[in-house]
Amino acid sequence: MAIPILLGISIIAFFLIRLVPGDTVTALLGANYNEEQATILRAKYGLDKPLVLQYFIWFKNVLVGDLGNSFFTREPVLAAIADRLPVTLQLMFMSFLYSIFIAIPLGTIAAIKRNSVLDYGASFVGLLGVSVPNFWLGTLFILFFSLNLKWFPSGGFISFFEDPVQNLQYMIMPSVALGASVGAVVMRMTRSSMLEVLGQDYIKMAEAKGVKDRRLIIHHALKNGFIPVVTVLGIQLGYLLGGSVVIEKIFSLPGVGQLSLQAITNRDYALMQGCILLVASGFVIINLIVDIIYAFLNPRIRY
Amino acid sequence: MNQNKKAIGKEVSPMKEIVLEVKDLKTHFRTRKGVVKAVDGVSFKVHKGETFALVGESGCGKSVTCMTIMGLIGRKKNEVVSGDILFKERNITNISKEERRKLRGKNMSIIFQDPMTSLNPVYTVGSQIAEMPMIHEGKSQSKAKKIAVDMLGKVGIPSPEKRVNEYPHQFSGGMRQRGVIGMSLACNPELLIADEPTTALDVTIQAQILELLRKLKEDSKSAIIMITHDLGVVAEVSDSVGVMYAGTLVEKASVKDLFKNPMHPYTKGLLKSIPKPGSKERLTIIEGQPPDLHNAPKGCKFYPRCSYAMEKCKEEMPQLIEIEKNHKAACWLNEVKENGK
Amino acid sequence: MGEIWYRFRKNKLALFGFTVLVVFIILALAAPIIAPYDPFQMSVGETLQSPNPSHIFGTDQFGRDILSRIIHGTRISFKVGIISVGISVVLGVAMGISAGYFGGWIDIVISRIIDIMFSFPDIFLALVIMAILGTSLTNVMIAIGIVYTPIFARIARGSTLTVKDNAYIEAARSIGVGDLMTIIRHILPNILAPLIVQITLSFGFAIRSEAALSFLGLGVEPDVPSWGIMLNEGKDWLELAWWVSVFPGLAATLAILSFNVLGDGLRDALDPKLKNESE
Repeated sequence: MAIPILLGISIIAFFLIRLVPGDTVTALLGANYNEEQATILRAKYGLDKPLVLQYFIWFKNVLVGDLGNSFFTREPVLAAIADRLPVTLQLMFMSFLYSIFIAIPLGTIAAIKRNSVLDYGASFVGLLGVSVPNFWLGTLFILFFSLNLKWFPSGGFISFFEDPVQNLQYMIMPSVALGASVGAVVMRMTRSSMLEVLGQDYIKMAEAKGVKDRRLIIHHALKNGFIPVVTVLGIQLGYLLGGSVVIEKIFSLPGVGQLSLQAITNRDYALMQGCILLVASGFVIINLIVDIIYAFLNPRIRY
Repeated sequence: MNQNKKAIGKEVSPMKEIVLEVKDLKTHFRTRKGVVKAVDGVSFKVHKGETFALVGESGCGKSVTCMTIMGLIGRKKNEVVSGDILFKERNITNISKEERRKLRGKNMSIIFQDPMTSLNPVYTVGSQIAEMPMIHEGKSQSKAKKIAVDMLGKVGIPSPEKRVNEYPHQFSGGMRQRGVIGMSLACNPELLIADEPTTALDVTIQAQILELLRKLKEDSKSAIIMITHDLGVVAEVSDSVGVMYAGTLVEKASVKDLFKNPMHPYTKGLLKSIPKPGSKERLTIIEGQPPDLHNAPKGCKFYPRCSYAMEKCKEEMPQLIEIEKNHKAACWLNEVKENGK
Repeated sequence: MGEIWYRFRKNKLALFGFTVLVVFIILALAAPIIAPYDPFQMSVGETLQSPNPSHIFGTDQFGRDILSRIIHGTRISFKVGIISVGISVVLGVAMGISAGYFGGWIDIVISRIIDIMFSFPDIFLALVIMAILGTSLTNVMIAIGIVYTPIFARIARGSTLTVKDNAYIEAARSIGVGDLMTIIRHILPNILAPLIVQITLSFGFAIRSEAALSFLGLGVEPDVPSWGIMLNEGKDWLELAWWVSVFPGLAATLAILSFNVLGDGLRDALDPKLKNESE
């Protein structure tokens, strides 16, 4: 079922870009545009062939892992993407951690202690988290923590494996800004899902069986409550694959989002196609993983 | 009545041990609109091996009574419980939550109306049964699983070794309720409360489940409180009956006495409204609705619907008094009769 | 109907959101009257003033009054919200109902399209569309409208499927009621509730998306006083003039918050499975 989707994505990736006015050659030559040069370049890049043929050539290459070369930088698209991927992956990973260790427990406790001060507080924080534009939050962070307190640098990146401390210094603000919105969505979903589960008869039955409170929550309730949470978490993380573009711009992080932005601005077809393919495919893959976990949690699907 | 029924319907010997005694139990809920006196002074005893039926319409307080006995109601701030609950002579009304929890599942169990929602959909039926001996008796996982298979067999589920690993949605309605029964009886509780266990099931399955409960009770000698609104069920399985209306017991008797000689107008009304096969009589219904428990009237709560109503009934609430041996009713009619005699 | 209103009123947070939105709407409608200054008026002598009595929110690098720009920005935001959500609803509901009602290959094709659209993060897709169309306010509205179509399509399709098998639909059709009539009179009312909730929430998304797009330079034209453009311009002056970034962002947050709170309140009020409080 994922295959026609991926196919559709590749078609869209290819043809959508061609809709952008002006082609690569226009952007390449810029002010020095003249017909002769343009024709030569177009022939060189194969842009003069019929569109459908171009698609098939590209598709065939993709299947063997060759995404072509960036029209601008000449480097292989695949390499360029692979180079930027770690940044985005780290952002995704850190948001995932915030969700697991902060958002989900908070949402669960809020549901257990419904209508308590903690619940209202958590709900409000969650509400703020989904309302505040995360890039504005990032701006505020820079304002406060970089410019005022001088705790963290306002931009740049170094790989975790090169220098972990510095890496975290660069990444903490952007990841929290992103994590706030992802976490807020996850927290709210956890809370509402757990509230629904806790009101179910089988919980009442388990209580009647004399099950201790702790086991009631952890064993009986959580597994049921997690089911929708897993779905939401997957969607949110998949979103980060391309959706972090604004945060990356603010914090000067060399991630996939930034790369895509560049590609769009430069009308760099090859690069653009690669990015779209990656972003959408990544999302589809994440969803596949979510489906598997979902089936694992919910036996009604399995049998 | 055949021999079997007669044996069960006999009056319970007073020498039998009392498993549960409830004395003037009251459960009031504090809501924004006022106090709801869901249970307002209920007393009864259940002996070992006895099936006590608690009958009444929806909202009369029978479920709340039993949930309070189990300790599932009474923990929140807006739930006020007074009176005494004695389990095997031990007053458990005010013991700690932890102590109460220990009793649940091990000494007293409850099964609810809908077996599908009573079982956790993400765990096997077997594991949910096995949970009981594991928590309450400290049995190992493998031993507990054996017990689970055993219980499934006892409740009449074929191929229990296979089905113990299946999930609730793979069981049919009747099977699920059997599974729930097995789960509740896994630790041999002395008291089993069955809250409308057959209402959600087909009529044919109903009979099977009731038969199962009777058989299990005979084997284990546990006491059963059967909550129902169906007098047919009462006649089938119970030894004694308590009729509840608007939060109090209006009549209490052995099942034989109740059917033979109902003393409360409400009971009379209930019995009249059972269709008799072969009879061409029109069914008589009890007019009106039960009172709103936020603002219950001060006299007898059945007054507005009672065809025997007197002035006194409007003013004073009648108490449950013994009219004949082991047959109590709360109605001014009986006093008048006595006095009049 | 009355009961729904009653439940809604009890939710104080939702009422607060509603009130704030009413204020915003008034600001938007009466912007030229309420705003103290002309939002476009540049004043060389007053550049980058921090908040002071004559410019409550300060001025930007061109000497333009921030407060006035924010008030006019309200107009832009609401315009974007109404039109883009309008596009999404019309397109999405049409697609969703068609897919659910007619089924068959129509459903298959439309569902696949919806799935594919869902595979892209919203900002990303919007970016690509803006690159195709060119930066302008109109195009922003179209882009956002397209991006949020699949959500409405899914809701419409889901609700349609739930209702489609109801007996009264069959009854209506058996007496000869045509497809279009059936859809309008029987199916549409049933999807209204989740639709309204989603519309409210999508307003918030639309505002945020416009802000993000403009922030990246692929949104509205530079001279349009949208909150997003203000954030874009403000980021360059962060060190010297924090107010250029903070206040527009605050306005956007407040607006989005109000829509979210309103949407949540509506969802709770309309949901018949509302968890009871006093019963």
